[in-house]
Amino acid sequence: MKSLSIAAYLALKEVWRNRGRFLLVSLVIALITLLVLFIAALGEGLANGNRQYIAGLDAQLIVFLDKSDYVISSSQLQVNTVNQVRRVDGVRAAGPIYTSTTEIEAAGKPLKVSLLAAEAGQPGMPPVISGRAFRIGDSREAVIDQNVALRSGIQVGDEITVRSTQGGSDEFFNLHVVGLTSSQSYYFQPTILTSPITWEKVRPQSAADLKDDTPYPNIIAVQLSDPAQIGSVKSELLAKVPNVEVADIPTTIDNIPGYSAQQGTVQTQGIFTLLIGVLVIGGFFQIQILQKIPQIGVLKAIGSTNGAVGASAVIQIIVVTAIGVAIGGGLTYLFSLGFPPTIPLVFNGTSSLFAVIALLLIGPVGGLVSVIYAVRIEPLKALRLQ
Amino acid sequence: MKETVLEVRNLVKTFILDGSALNAVDHVSFQVHSGEFLALVGPSGSGKTTLLSMLAALLMPSSGEIFIDGHQLSTMNEAERVKLRRSRIGFTFQSNNLIPYLTARENVEFMLRLNGTLGKVTRLRAEELLARLGLEERLHSLPSQMSGGQQQRVAIARALIHNPAVVLADEPTASLDTERAMQVVQTFAALIHENQRAGIMVTHDLRMCKYVDRVLQMRDGKLVKEYKSRPEIEALAKGERN
Repeated sequence: MKSLSIAAYLALKEVWRNRGRFLLVSLVIALITLLVLFIAALGEGLANGNRQYIAGLDAQLIVFLDKSDYVISSSQLQVNTVNQVRRVDGVRAAGPIYTSTTEIEAAGKPLKVSLLAAEAGQPGMPPVISGRAFRIGDSREAVIDQNVALRSGIQVGDEITVRSTQGGSDEFFNLHVVGLTSSQSYYFQPTILTSPITWEKVRPQSAADLKDDTPYPNIIAVQLSDPAQIGSVKSELLAKVPNVEVADIPTTIDNIPGYSAQQGTVQTQGIFTLLIGVLVIGGFFQIQILQKIPQIGVLKAIGSTNGAVGASAVIQIIVVTAIGVAIGGGLTYLFSLGFPPTIPLVFNGTSSLFAVIALLLIGPVGGLVSVIYAVRIEPLKALRLQ
Repeated sequence: MKETVLEVRNLVKTFILDGSALNAVDHVSFQVHSGEFLALVGPSGSGKTTLLSMLAALLMPSSGEIFIDGHQLSTMNEAERVKLRRSRIGFTFQSNNLIPYLTARENVEFMLRLNGTLGKVTRLRAEELLARLGLEERLHSLPSQMSGGQQQRVAIARALIHNPAVVLADEPTASLDTERAMQVVQTFAALIHENQRAGIMVTHDLRMCKYVDRVLQMRDGKLVKEYKSRPEIEALAKGERN
């Protein structure tokens, strides 16, 4: 205990009396923090942009067309598959989901969106937080997500124009916005939801597709009576429903094209940035210890223990790292206030917390060699250097 | 009757150099009493610093015994030796003596802090000791803001503040000009005598012997001569004897 108080005294005095030098190191750590937190936020933002709608589904399983490799855009199911799924034991509800992309115009500005269709009240239809859900049939009504509202200024009650290329020519359709959902980003685009019939009328399609007015769902979101029975219900679905494959939500997300590769890239960037942090901090403290060899020799000669000398170095590293991370965290927050919603930055509590813990660890890890070096300095040899 | 504070019995330190054994300290024996200030002199390589390192419990002898204030060094483990250095020994070194980020007062108080005796009374004593050394204006100065002589005086205060049994000084005047060196050693000697400590100073500058009570001369690791009487020591300091 006495060693620790001596160590804290020495460490804090040195930091305070050399605050300019230590602040510079803290600022380097702050920049690394800024970078790591932004990479974490970018990773979360990109992931969110890709998976938000799927991750938020009130469902445990997703039914795909057989051999579609769990890729939503490659899957197109038959209309009667929905009823076959609903008849399987253990299925509480099943909602077909129809996906496409298009462009809407609002206030003269085009905005690319994911055009989704779902059945109101079934899995696949997110809760409406303002207004109401669209009516069934060819109602020409739409529910938009908050991001569409934020980016375009469209509000409940407004009319939007959908531009779709159908059979080689651009067609324009007016939809009445009747409701608002929380953010439902899919494929990096904000989302508008309509009824399946309206979706089939307004979605971009080829000349061949135009001959058939029937909307075919890409996937079916399946809600289970007992989520714990996911394995058995999956087997049942595969056994009872022909030409389908079934995946849980995480597998579906992992198979969103580019999702895993993109997350891997972002995580690698984050890890390399942390590694650079470890080397920078390690280098700084190692140089500092080398400069302090005679001083450490004197400390040990007059009776300071190895424990006190080592703990002093550790405390110093922790203090400098913590100050750097705090400054970096503050800077990140300030910068984040100024970013437009089009930049996919999401400061998720969990990923930011992991990043901060990793950042707080890079100091002690980076400084480990210097701490060991300090503890091993022999006072006699150190004093002979004088 | 003065108490024997430091006793060295038949001390030997052998180093192996190029495969052959060399006695850096060769069967040395002496005693130092409380209130006695002793100088160890001799040419470079005579074994002075090696002897001082063993007295400071920083280097283990090859054979022989050292007793400091009744404690036999050879029976102690490393932790006990660290504790002994902290509580029973005071140090000054050639240079870079002080912790650069502590003020003069904090450097002196650090010894009290190490020994767990820092309090209102001991803080006052540190202040008085620094004032006694002419540093009352420098209490809050960092080492970099003080001259070499002032730094050495702070180091002397630090070596004495915790009432050690033995005070060891390795070339304490090596980085000072003659006038400042004389002042520092004179003050050092006065404090050793006043506080009844046992002081040992290694020096190559024989003029500094003027202020000590006894001089031990070393050559090739052996104690070759002892100067005890005042006239002998004065003559040595004046360069009349060697």
